[in-house]
Amino acid sequence: MEKFFRRNFAGYAFLAPWLIGFFLLAIGPILASLYLSFTKYNIVRPPQWIGLDNYFYMFQFDDRFKKALQVTFSFVVISVPAKLIFALGVAMALDKGIRAIGWYRALFYLPSILGGSIAVAILWRQLFNYDGVVNSALRLVGLDGPYWLADPKYSLWTLIVLAVWQFGSPMLIFLAGLRAIPQELYEAAEIDAAGPLRKFFAITVPLLAPVIFFNLVLQMIEAFKSFSGAFIISGGSGAPLDSLLFFTVYLYDEAFSYLRMGYASALAWVLLLIIAAFTAIAFWTSKYWVHYENERG
Amino acid sequence: MTDTAISATTLTAQQYREARARRAKRAGLLKHVFLIATSLIMIYPLIWMISASFKPDNQIFGSLSLWPQTFDWDNYGQGWNALSVSFTRFFLNSTFVTVLSVIGNVISCSFAAYAFARLEFTGKNMWFALMMMTLMVPYHVVLIPQYLLFLNLGWVNTYLPLIVPKFLAGEAFFIFLMIQFFRQLPRELDEAAMIDGCSPFKIYWAIIMPLSLPAMATAAIFSFIWTWEDFLGPLVYLNKVEDYTVPLALRMFLSQDGASQYGPMFAMSILSILPIFLFFIIFQRLIIRGIAMSGLK
Repeated sequence: MEKFFRRNFAGYAFLAPWLIGFFLLAIGPILASLYLSFTKYNIVRPPQWIGLDNYFYMFQFDDRFKKALQVTFSFVVISVPAKLIFALGVAMALDKGIRAIGWYRALFYLPSILGGSIAVAILWRQLFNYDGVVNSALRLVGLDGPYWLADPKYSLWTLIVLAVWQFGSPMLIFLAGLRAIPQELYEAAEIDAAGPLRKFFAITVPLLAPVIFFNLVLQMIEAFKSFSGAFIISGGSGAPLDSLLFFTVYLYDEAFSYLRMGYASALAWVLLLIIAAFTAIAFWTSKYWVHYENERG
Repeated sequence: MTDTAISATTLTAQQYREARARRAKRAGLLKHVFLIATSLIMIYPLIWMISASFKPDNQIFGSLSLWPQTFDWDNYGQGWNALSVSFTRFFLNSTFVTVLSVIGNVISCSFAAYAFARLEFTGKNMWFALMMMTLMVPYHVVLIPQYLLFLNLGWVNTYLPLIVPKFLAGEAFFIFLMIQFFRQLPRELDEAAMIDGCSPFKIYWAIIMPLSLPAMATAAIFSFIWTWEDFLGPLVYLNKVEDYTVPLALRMFLSQDGASQYGPMFAMSILSILPIFLFFIIFQRLIIRGIAMSGLK
């Protein structure tokens, strides 16, 4: 017994802060949130058990919930692939020891490091104003831009552009992945007279597949979680006409504007399950298109 | 006969090389044009914001120009005192929260990483798997129960909910980054020190930490940037204007009724991202390597 204690003492001593945090701030709250999702709770009165009612209401009657799902899915489905394609394109242009690569890399990464800030969200609101920079630029080429922020048909695009603009970190990860592809493969392909498209689809994509997959999963989770851009640009409410009602914004609104803590917890669990499902689907499909180098056969 | 054959092949080989070099040069030029154009578009909004911070309000909109007709530092002076509390206070608040968060993250995450990377104890693999799983859980799921916990502790409207979790190694990304780094250090160092009678803490403090300064710096930099930009945490926990951090203060510019203070708002936005920008310039190398190593956001 004493030996067991001595063998484990140092490990658990160093792990102690994390363990406390894990129980009090991670697993505890996750379970508490599950419990609260089955209750009606407004902080003032104690939670009242209502079974699955929150979930029934959500899926049967709550139009804002459906709207939030639709907005969030649209955002994820458009912004994530666009961002990855952009990141890969720029990374490929930067590959192979181009001159001044350090400068380019820094310039392309800068928006990603500033992009989460409220300052940039505020800037974005002004760029997409009716007489803002974007429409001024469109006018130069003779186009009359819409009311980006007031028209629910266009408002989501402002956030998609904001997300794609921050393609810096997938770009850096792609760059590291491209470096690992042996140059001889491209040379051999050139001798066989393969064109750039052929080289891209026959060499780059398959060898980069693990990195593409990693970026895809990471960016997807990020996109589902994104909050402050939508919150600031929509003025905290998902306006206009709930067209910017991201799931996270709706959840915040329910919890902290209306103090419907039970219902908001149910929303949180639905979000968790959606993210888990999407990640699982990505992993499941990955065995058909992602092959790791150390695999044989 | 053989001579001519050889010279013919060498000639074609040389021609081939030259043609390839010409092609590569042309492709290189095209790439630079593409990269320069893209980086200009990317950076344009940020430069526009800097320029807007020097313009009087009537020149900000409807113009693409980056050069203000008159340089107006007034926006900065006005912005600093535009809200009911001066920005001196907001910057001090942000600095206080950020400095303590950075310290907390580096200490607690390096403790956990040291345990996972260097110590043996029962249940290590299980805890490690659980830690990696917390990476996937969106903050919104734990937000409500954490809020209720801090509310019951009487911590709402203090900085404790923003700082204490940082001392409990909540950021699994940093733990993961540090583990990756610690694993590269030769184990013989630990073993030699152990034979000399060093305790695990002594090994952590005198061997592992000094050799891991790049990893610690990377975690510290990201921790700084994320805490400085954090919006949701302060939004939920701070309700008194004099307690606000800089991002919350910036948001007040948007909610103030009609009184268009665009110039001052942009001036303060610029100041709010200035520390991050400087950090990025100084620590660019560490930041970029950190992302490639761990896939940090």
